[in-house]
Amino acid sequence: MTELPPPSAKKLGLVIDLDTCVGCQACATNCKEWNTGGHLGPLPDLHAYSAGAEGVWFNRVHSYEAGEGEAGRTVHFPRSCLHCETPACVTVCPTGASYKRAEDGIVLVNTDTCIGCGLCAWACPYGAREMDEDEGVMKKCTLCVDRIYNETIPEPQRQPACVITCPVGARHFGDLGDPTSKVSRLVAERGGYDLMPEMGYAPVNKYLPPREKPAMKPASLEEAAPTPLDIRNPLLRWLDRALSR
Amino acid sequence: MNPAPSIVLFTTASGAGYGLLFWLGLLRALGLVPASPAFGLMALLLALLLITFGLLSSLKHLGRPERAWRALSQWRSSWLSREGVAALATYVPAGLLFLALLLGNAPLAMLTGLLAAAGAVATVWCTGMIYASLRTVRQWHHPMVPWGYLVFAGFCGAALLAPLAALWGQARIPAIIAALLGAGAIALKRAYWDSIDAPKPAAAPTIESATGLGRIGATRPLDPPHTEQTWLTREMSFRVARAHRVKLRRLTLTGFALATVLALFALPLPGALAALLLVPAAAIACAAILAERWLMFAEATHTVSLYYSGDA
Repeated sequence: MTELPPPSAKKLGLVIDLDTCVGCQACATNCKEWNTGGHLGPLPDLHAYSAGAEGVWFNRVHSYEAGEGEAGRTVHFPRSCLHCETPACVTVCPTGASYKRAEDGIVLVNTDTCIGCGLCAWACPYGAREMDEDEGVMKKCTLCVDRIYNETIPEPQRQPACVITCPVGARHFGDLGDPTSKVSRLVAERGGYDLMPEMGYAPVNKYLPPREKPAMKPASLEEAAPTPLDIRNPLLRWLDRALSR
Repeated sequence: MNPAPSIVLFTTASGAGYGLLFWLGLLRALGLVPASPAFGLMALLLALLLITFGLLSSLKHLGRPERAWRALSQWRSSWLSREGVAALATYVPAGLLFLALLLGNAPLAMLTGLLAAAGAVATVWCTGMIYASLRTVRQWHHPMVPWGYLVFAGFCGAALLAPLAALWGQARIPAIIAALLGAGAIALKRAYWDSIDAPKPAAAPTIESATGLGRIGATRPLDPPHTEQTWLTREMSFRVARAHRVKLRRLTLTGFALATVLALFALPLPGALAALLLVPAAAIACAAILAERWLMFAEATHTVSLYYSGDA
């Protein structure tokens, strides 16, 4: 089971737009909300109401500063499982609990057979897996496998919780194996990229870079020239207006 | 990486046990240690005790130890699974060796001893490869790591076999092996530390490649995603050792050197006197390897730290 299936034609994943993400944490919060009652729920919280509160989340939103001076940007950066095409978290698993679905490429954990050794989390360069220390098993993003195929909810809602809740539309879900899909076209148009491509795990999820800022124009001489309002003396102001006609 | 006591103890104790089993099986077959079944049984029992203690300790590291048997299934892809299979398989010749020694069946003892030695090497190699196969931890994904596991296990095993053999008056060969491997351990560890202390290769992941923001410029963390620790930060971003690494490294090397020197001093001495030096030598060798193993975890950095501290 932990041997990888042959590459699937369908590669479900997310496209995250770092240009529009505002770092509001809604995706992380709705992820926790849905998944604590979903396929891998509950997602425990330890010391939830005291110092040292921590818990299992599938999605973490970092903020970074990139570049210096005028070129510098603050970028909000959601981090979750990238559902890699060649995930080491799957092949290192000694029990077969960690697996990649042959039909759509989603990487999942079978919590009924996981022994909680933690090796998959060591093998993941992206920190996508978190141990449920209550249950003693590993948990991770399921790409909301219990929403996207769920026929009991209206069709427009059959999307991952993080995608459907994003208030700025910075998250997109679709089939990245199909070059004509909306998400694939978005990646092509905007130059979507892989995180840590040098690790060689071929992430399916893509990130869209922040758009380049328009170059700042130096203040022009016209702007520097006095306007009629700058002339305090009413007589001179009238004269200026009369001569400007 | 967090040096979980259960794993540090496991790899050290079972490493020592497999080392002892290896030298017992090999040297007994070659007639270089006492042929007495009592000696063989004593050494074998100590080896199995250490191995079993180590394996039980590794179970403590699991979230669901009662499911540990499932770890035997994925040997085709997982080094951890291979280690489990090799560890259990080694019990078969080791158990038969025990019976052969008990019944005084010399040919069977020789054959099972050699098979158990092979199993011991395979198991320790798998342990090393669990770490060496992880591309996410630069200090582990290193060609010296699995060889290090073999050398340290062999060193500790020979250091343990020597005092036992001394009691039967034939400690010479295991003591020489312990001294040689002690010197080898010092050389290997120094070369390894030099290698991991060298500047990171240009191709190593950076915060810029981890976020893809290098296209804008140098990147640094601004706000973390959470104000408290998580399992991930506790497991992957362990930093206590950095402060004491120099002292701990020196202590480790001193321990290796001391055990080596004691083993050499014991060479000309008769049985019981040699044992007086070889017992502390074995204890010091094991303690130094415990420190080495703790450092191997504590000094290792995981790429996930890039997202948190910008460095790994």
